[in-house]
Amino acid sequence: MRLLDTFVMALQAVVRNKLRSFLTVLGIIIGVASVVAMVHLGQSATRTVTDEIASIGSNLLFVVPGSAHRGPGGLRTTAEPFDLADAIAIEREVPAILVAPALSTDATVVIGNANESIPVVGTNNHYFAVRNHGIAYGRAFENDELDAGAAVCIIGATLIDEMYLGQEPIGTTLRVGRTACRVIGVLEEKGQSMGQDRDKIIVMPIKAVQRRLVGELDVSTIYVSALAAGSTGAVQQAIESLLRQRRTIAPGKDDDFYVRDTQDIARALASTTNTMTILLGAIAAVSLLVGGIGIMNIMLVSVTERTREIGIRLAIGARARDVLMQFLVESVALSTLGGIIGLLLGIGGTWLTTSRLGMPFLLSPAVMLLGFSFAVAIGIFFGFFPARKAARLNPIDALRHE
Amino acid sequence: MRRIHKVYGSGAAQVKALDGVDLTIREGEFVAIMGPSGSGKSTCMNLVGCLDVPSSGDYLFRGVHVGGLDRDALALLRRHFMGFIFQSFNLLPRVSALGNVELPLIYEGIKRSTRRARAARALRSVGLAGREAATPSQLSGGQQQRVAIARALVTEPPVLLADEPTGNLDTATADDIMTQLARIRAQRGITIIMVTHEPDIARHAQRILYFVDGKLVKDGTPAEILT
Ligand SMILES: Nc1ncnc2c1ncn2[C@@H]1O[C@H](COP(=O)(O)OP(=O)(O)O)[C@@H](O)[C@H]1O
Ligand SMILES: [Mg+2]
Repeated sequence: MRLLDTFVMALQAVVRNKLRSFLTVLGIIIGVASVVAMVHLGQSATRTVTDEIASIGSNLLFVVPGSAHRGPGGLRTTAEPFDLADAIAIEREVPAILVAPALSTDATVVIGNANESIPVVGTNNHYFAVRNHGIAYGRAFENDELDAGAAVCIIGATLIDEMYLGQEPIGTTLRVGRTACRVIGVLEEKGQSMGQDRDKIIVMPIKAVQRRLVGELDVSTIYVSALAAGSTGAVQQAIESLLRQRRTIAPGKDDDFYVRDTQDIARALASTTNTMTILLGAIAAVSLLVGGIGIMNIMLVSVTERTREIGIRLAIGARARDVLMQFLVESVALSTLGGIIGLLLGIGGTWLTTSRLGMPFLLSPAVMLLGFSFAVAIGIFFGFFPARKAARLNPIDALRHE
Repeated sequence: MRRIHKVYGSGAAQVKALDGVDLTIREGEFVAIMGPSGSGKSTCMNLVGCLDVPSSGDYLFRGVHVGGLDRDALALLRRHFMGFIFQSFNLLPRVSALGNVELPLIYEGIKRSTRRARAARALRSVGLAGREAATPSQLSGGQQQRVAIARALVTEPPVLLADEPTGNLDTATADDIMTQLARIRAQRGITIIMVTHEPDIARHAQRILYFVDGKLVKDGTPAEILT
């Protein structure tokens, strides 16, 4: 018997019983669709996270006072804050880096007829490169403005939309807290990131923020960017030993500051989303397995129902292996069909979800191939037992079957 | 066939379907197997047709010991040498007449276009030209049995085995089927072995085997047996 004819025969059997075939493969459809959708969504989530972190600034190190063990809560500990001298020392001692000391605070800004509290960052001109947030138009700070802590500011895109309604902002005066600031530039639009509007920000010279808004000479974070990609590890070590020296931390005692790499954060978040992806994918794979049991179940019923047909086929010269192949190919055809439909549904579901959530729509051929071949493998595996049962029938008994 | 025994089941439930049958059927003979219900007629025919093997005794088909063959070899014997017709037609439901007749050729591995042509020719030869697309449920009993005959003969086997081929048909249709068989035999010189319990049908044969309780009790021409 020719293979092509076996396929045609199996497909005819599948098509002859459309509703039953559909119900049989429903489990496979759902299984493949959920595997494909889950893993793709997971990958897309990972990509979203890593993209956002890259947009914060690549090769970026945060140097923050406090204990690393306490995580972000450590920011508000009693650890000695940095000052500008620390930033200058880092810039001087560690080669091939950009350093942007920053002091962040919130200040009241009048928007329309409401007061709004807006994040204000005091820093220097390296900030724009280090934080990967350039100036769209206008200009950066001038050296004398930085030295003097002049009341000038560069504002985020959202503020332009909300306050200026299309009017020219450069050269106007904006009240930030109790200080009247001259607007000298506008930042590039960055959009939302992790629930925050990154365009709702005012950047001023750090000395202006220290003296005019906060009233202290602290530096809350020192942003450091390694100029060479991949060299953040060495830079991090250099900064750590320098700061331990400057802060006279005895050997063996914990740092009272920490240096964190955006790549660390990216890796940590990516590994979390990857774990989630694997978990969800595994659950979906179990549903695929259940779908396979569904196929086996129906195929067993089908073999019993078609015992007489099998008898006829044996009587007219089918060998056991012909019957085996017929039923095996039938279940593989079913599971392949389910795999295809499931694949399409999974892709559709991924597309729908990612477009709703504003995530990137990524398709991974490996994932699609895996989901699909898993479905086919399940068809073979769970189809084998019923097919063998059919092939082992004795022609006389099969023909006598009612 | 020599000292053929066929036993079904085991222990207390054992049934001796055939009990020491000696039998020779020559090529080209038209043999009718008769006897009361449960006498072993079908069992004998199934053994001759290589659907099953005897429990003991020897069956030589064209010099080959059938008892020693495995399932696949039996299947190949049936494929190339036997054609079967059953009382209940045994067509595949929901498959067209042409599809049913084509089936044995599929297992022979013949390519589709040749298959179709041969199946259509077989259907024409039993007077069913034009009904190729009809499924069994759209055909009358007589037509279904003619499809079954076409299916049995499409591989041009030397032996045709029929188990009560007219059992489910009215007398007129039964006569029609018998005429078909007689004509086919005349054309092809095929060996026909037919189980029946109707003397009128058996009269078409050259030779009648009469079974009682698994034993061959009478073997002769219709004139000798049907008195
Ligand atoms: N496959 C089988 N399994 C068990 N018993 C069988 C089987 N086939 C036939 N028999 C038994 O063998 C005996 C002869 O059956 P059979 O050859 O079909 O008789 P007939 O065709 O003459 O009516 C009967 O008693 C029947 O019940
Ligand atoms: Mg019988």
